Amino acid sequence: MDNPLDTAVTAASATEPEIRSREPSQARDPAGLVARFEAGQPLTMDSGAALAPFQVAYQTAGTLNAARTNAVLICHALTGDQHFAHPHPVTGKPGWWTTLVGPGKPIDTDRYFVVCSNVIGSCMGSTGPASIDPATGSAYGLDFPLVTIRDMVRAQAMLLDHLGIADLFLCIGGSMGGMQVLQWASLYPERVFAAMPIATGARHSAQNIAFHEVGRQAIMADPAWADGRYLEAGTRPSKGLGVARMGAHITYLSEPALHRKFGRRFQGGSAPTFSFNADFQIESYLRHQGLSFVERFDANAYLYLTRAMDYFDLAADHGGVLANAFKGTKTRFCVISFTSDWLFPTADSRAIVHALNAASAPVAFVEVESDKGHDAFLLDEPTLFSAARGFIDAAARARGL
Amino acid sequence: MSGREDLSFGDAASGTPWEAADDLPRTPESGGARVDHLVVLGLVPPGARVLDIGCGDGSLLALLRDRRGVDGRGIELSREGVNACLARGLPVIQGDADTDLENYPDDAFDVVVLSQTIQATRNPRIVLEHLLRIGRQVVISFPNFGHWRVRAELAFRGRMPITEILPEAWYETPNIHHCTMRDFVELCRAVDAHIEKAAALDARGRPMRFSMPWWFWNLIGAQGVFLLRRGRLGAG
Repeated sequence: MDNPLDTAVTAASATEPEIRSREPSQARDPAGLVARFEAGQPLTMDSGAALAPFQVAYQTAGTLNAARTNAVLICHALTGDQHFAHPHPVTGKPGWWTTLVGPGKPIDTDRYFVVCSNVIGSCMGSTGPASIDPATGSAYGLDFPLVTIRDMVRAQAMLLDHLGIADLFLCIGGSMGGMQVLQWASLYPERVFAAMPIATGARHSAQNIAFHEVGRQAIMADPAWADGRYLEAGTRPSKGLGVARMGAHITYLSEPALHRKFGRRFQGGSAPTFSFNADFQIESYLRHQGLSFVERFDANAYLYLTRAMDYFDLAADHGGVLANAFKGTKTRFCVISFTSDWLFPTADSRAIVHALNAASAPVAFVEVESDKGHDAFLLDEPTLFSAARGFIDAAARARGL
Repeated sequence: MSGREDLSFGDAASGTPWEAADDLPRTPESGGARVDHLVVLGLVPPGARVLDIGCGDGSLLALLRDRRGVDGRGIELSREGVNACLARGLPVIQGDADTDLENYPDDAFDVVVLSQTIQATRNPRIVLEHLLRIGRQVVISFPNFGHWRVRAELAFRGRMPITEILPEAWYETPNIHHCTMRDFVELCRAVDAHIEKAAALDARGRPMRFSMPWWFWNLIGAQGVFLLRRGRLGAG
């Protein structure tokens, strides 16, 4: 989740992506904290698999109060990770949500104990396809069971049990993180006091599944993918993963933002080179996004996590009626969308709001005016911050924090 | 006209104009709260579930929560309004009376409030029908286009009226469906709404505290406030 609009456009990178064969060290030996669950504590997954042993990598900020009532769970997005407030161990970039989280920020680490865990199936330290399968001694690869959003949430719940946190003051996240927030509120309503799903939907649309499929096919079309056994083969499908990232990255932005930032400007000079070099700034930018992504992300994990989002359909899990997912809930909700988000358009958020209304849940909803597209939730958006601050402060008063 | 005499403003049983709630202050100085809000306050029972449509900055909902302990929700069109509501801790959604009411279940609220908004909706009849469906009781207020100043502007100046509570020129006003109090009574009849109480307020929202025939209220009331309930056809 590179910040798309603040990332400098780097010099034209017509060079081939470097093929990296090093082991995915963060997948097995992550920075930060790790909770290990042994053979007697399997993760029961929707696929029917029982994953054991497994581990959940996580980071925290702030201090849990004596009554254990001030815990906040941040759920990260597709290619996000647990390093919400800490420098990224691979890229060295600051935590990905320091705009919203920190001392004096809407999620105030002076007041709340904030937890963020790497989702199951990812590659930043929680068990996923790059982890070692104890049955074979080599990486799971495609032998890893398919993961769902609910599996991610179950693993997070086990982490909270491990930390002695009975219930959350706040569960918050954007995009795939927002799906987890909705799943949390539906699966464990008594454990969620307040929920903030941002730029998300209660199901993945056909168009979004289509984009994900293009990304997956790009990875699998890369010979270096080696039917998913690239770690043993000593290769990495960097080209395929890079193309997948380039395509996906377009969906995180918006046409006006691309136009404002890049327009039709040329990268080096003012005329086309009559070649397939990255003539345009937007090409250079996308290539940079693809290249930097493969440095930090595992291709198989990308397959698994995109699949988890595709499978998400909260209404389908409740007889086709989304309101039934929230029946009798006491959780207070704040739903936020962005005007220029065409990946999870405001209509998706409104569908959530209408279902919560039908379930008589207390719900607030704001559509934030922004031209920055889907990734606006990661960026400096004052309206997002003021809405979050208002909602979170009021929830804290209601909880006596 | 005589056929409509029975639709008197005021308590339907006694036939006398309704006097607003007993705890209503007699002065406009009312602890910072708007006087028309205090009128609504007098109509909402403690602990009720209330939906305020067009809730603005949430001041009415906050008043109802703080003084009546209601479980209040809101719908507001403006982002600024929604943000102000969030800051007060009120569950308010950014939305629109014309498009968002159909998603609420029947009898979802004890009281639904539509304050100074129905004249700005695209389809007031459908909105009113939804209000009666969603709420067991409906409190609705609107600027009275039958007010003497409105009539005078049209009659003597030949101009669309610009008054204290209708401050915008015709070409920029959000108010696209004006009605008089009598017109509204007709709509209530058309949608089978039972008028439990009604009152005329002056331009500052103060209830008029004297008994007068209904036609007089339609002339001197700057705003009308009605307490409605589903009629016998829709009664559950």
